[in-house]
Amino acid sequence: MSNGAPPLPHFVDPRPFDPDETEQLTAEQERYSLASQWQLMWWRFRQHRVAVLCGAVLLALYGMILISEILAPYALESRNTGFIYAPPQAIRLFHDGQFIGPFVYGLEYSVDLETMARRYEVDRTDVQRIRFFCLGDPYAFWGLVPGRFHLMCPAEGGTLFLLGTDRLGHDMLSRIIYGARISLTVGLIGIAISFVLGITIGGLAGYFGGWVDGIVQRIIEVLRSLPELPLWMALSAALPISWSPVLIYFGITVILGLLDWPGLARAVRSKLLALREEDYCTAARLMGASPPRIIGRHLLPNFMSHLIASATLSIPSMILGETALSFLGLGLRPPITSWGVLLIEAQNIEAVVLYPWLMLPMVPVIVTVLAFNFLGDGLRDAADPYSTTGH
Amino acid sequence: MFTYLGRRLLTMVLTLVVISVLVFIIIQLPPGDYLSSYISELQSQGEQVAQEKIDFLRRQYGLDLPLYQQYLVWVFGLLQGDFGYSFAHGQPVTDVVGDRLLLTVVLNFSTILFIYVVSFPIGVYSATRQYSWGDYGLTFLGLIGLATPNFLLALILMYLANVWFGTSIGTLIDPEYINEPWSFAKAMSVLSHLWIPVIVIGTSGTAAMIRRLRANLLDELQKQYVVTGRAKGLPEGRLLLKYPLRMALNPFISDIGNLLPSVVSGSVIVSAVMSLQTTGPILLSALQSQDFYLAGSFLMFLAVLTVLGMFLSDVLLAMLDPRIRLSGGQSR
Repeated sequence: MSNGAPPLPHFVDPRPFDPDETEQLTAEQERYSLASQWQLMWWRFRQHRVAVLCGAVLLALYGMILISEILAPYALESRNTGFIYAPPQAIRLFHDGQFIGPFVYGLEYSVDLETMARRYEVDRTDVQRIRFFCLGDPYAFWGLVPGRFHLMCPAEGGTLFLLGTDRLGHDMLSRIIYGARISLTVGLIGIAISFVLGITIGGLAGYFGGWVDGIVQRIIEVLRSLPELPLWMALSAALPISWSPVLIYFGITVILGLLDWPGLARAVRSKLLALREEDYCTAARLMGASPPRIIGRHLLPNFMSHLIASATLSIPSMILGETALSFLGLGLRPPITSWGVLLIEAQNIEAVVLYPWLMLPMVPVIVTVLAFNFLGDGLRDAADPYSTTGH
Repeated sequence: MFTYLGRRLLTMVLTLVVISVLVFIIIQLPPGDYLSSYISELQSQGEQVAQEKIDFLRRQYGLDLPLYQQYLVWVFGLLQGDFGYSFAHGQPVTDVVGDRLLLTVVLNFSTILFIYVVSFPIGVYSATRQYSWGDYGLTFLGLIGLATPNFLLALILMYLANVWFGTSIGTLIDPEYINEPWSFAKAMSVLSHLWIPVIVIGTSGTAAMIRRLRANLLDELQKQYVVTGRAKGLPEGRLLLKYPLRMALNPFISDIGNLLPSVVSGSVIVSAVMSLQTTGPILLSALQSQDFYLAGSFLMFLAVLTVLGMFLSDVLLAMLDPRIRLSGGQSR
């Protein structure tokens, strides 16, 4: 080849040759490819700002129910008989152009003799400073530990009705805070029941197929073609009147959970039908794994995130179910206090026209439902971290 | 088509039988024979119950018979339009019900119609102008509509009507027409009151339908055949109407399976809140007074209404979409 002519000038890189050079990942890519599924989902979820915000709101709400007694300015059953249907008192900071910190003006009571409506006048000379971190109405913390500590209390001898009072002179704000404890947990317990039922029944149908599947499918079809609310109404009306309020509470959550599982079962079934044909599933079966182990250990984790997302989306319907049932007088009954029980007062439209703040318990209901919806949407998007629309 | 129809009809009848058994179980749920609890309640109030009346009721419901025969008595009574005996009113329910059954059907049907008529144009607009201000605004409105429980919406509307107009909107017919035979004027009176409950019940369904239609249409619009059509110079309007819209409409009808139960649910509670002259308030009062035979009959009526509506929608869908009638409805 060479015939004595000098070689053509060319360049040789003095660095040692590395065959993997183009495959090198940046630190960022490395982190991404090594991340676990849950980490990926979290990153994905973080991008959904509204969902994160709603998640924070819900966390705060659920945190609140842990310390309802402290947050509420009044105790659950404390009645202010001199202040029935008192209007909400506004928090003010300045009195006569002078800053004196948060306070409310006192209320003066009179009866309108024409309409027989209760009238309250704001007394602009009566300054009642709100006390913070104070001792007020006695309560039993979670029904166990007696205490008197509150985040804020009315002034000595004064009142603090930030959201008004009801027919019996209960402070609405305190009752809404206490009601959250019941209303928010109904959804959680209900969804837990429906989750267990849905996974078990859907899992059986999807894994075994055949006649098991056929029967489950028929049951699901029948349940789905029934209007939910009338059925809930009938079942909760059938709860014995002699039951204690706590039993009624659990009865209602069981009823809510019992009728909600078909949707979840359907999702589990269709996923399992597809996944049970996979090789790793056959391998597990050949090695002698039992059906519960295969379903629980190998198949369910594949779509657990989807299930959680769809469960989040069905919590609001349970909260609404409880609210509606209690509102109609078929669900929880006083002395148990939930948002639905509070709304019973709003059924009397004449009273609502005179005292519109009776409708206020619907605000937390709507906020919670909206928050759960957005959170569920965000979770559903995040549940599939490898989908193409992200990253 | 006829085999499909036949099979569908058979499953519907079977479903109804299963539902009727379920409802009958619910009727039997409260402890004790309900007639005896009713009698004891009356006696505790110091009222005397005539022995003939008790005997009549026992015979009427066959309470001495074994359970399965009681069930048969109840079902055949229902088939003949006998809804039971109302203790609260002290007369057969048929006399109390009056127009309520018909009005219930009218209310639910108009709500479904409302949902379609409103969600169709909005859904198409949202999808064809994705990410425009109109789209964002409508999506936001839809979310609010989805999250506001309909009975609370009813309360708010009743409150506003009371404050602004000083009138009650809680009725479906003007009082002078109640228990009158049907006439043109009566129908008009119903129509003029119908729209408020229809909007209240239909809001969440409309919002859900808009979301679904928008998503479906967006999926269709990204497909290759749309690009091809556009490349070949089809005008936008024609392109939209000719193919993607038809495809996106399919779930519109098949979705009635989800829509109808929720509309019926909604109409029950909204009727109860607004005390409309439908079956809702009767069902509620029957449940509150523990009158389970009556409640069961109405529950059954609502279930029949739902199942029948779903059957009709399936038939409609099979007429529109040959894939469904040929594969025997498996694709649903």
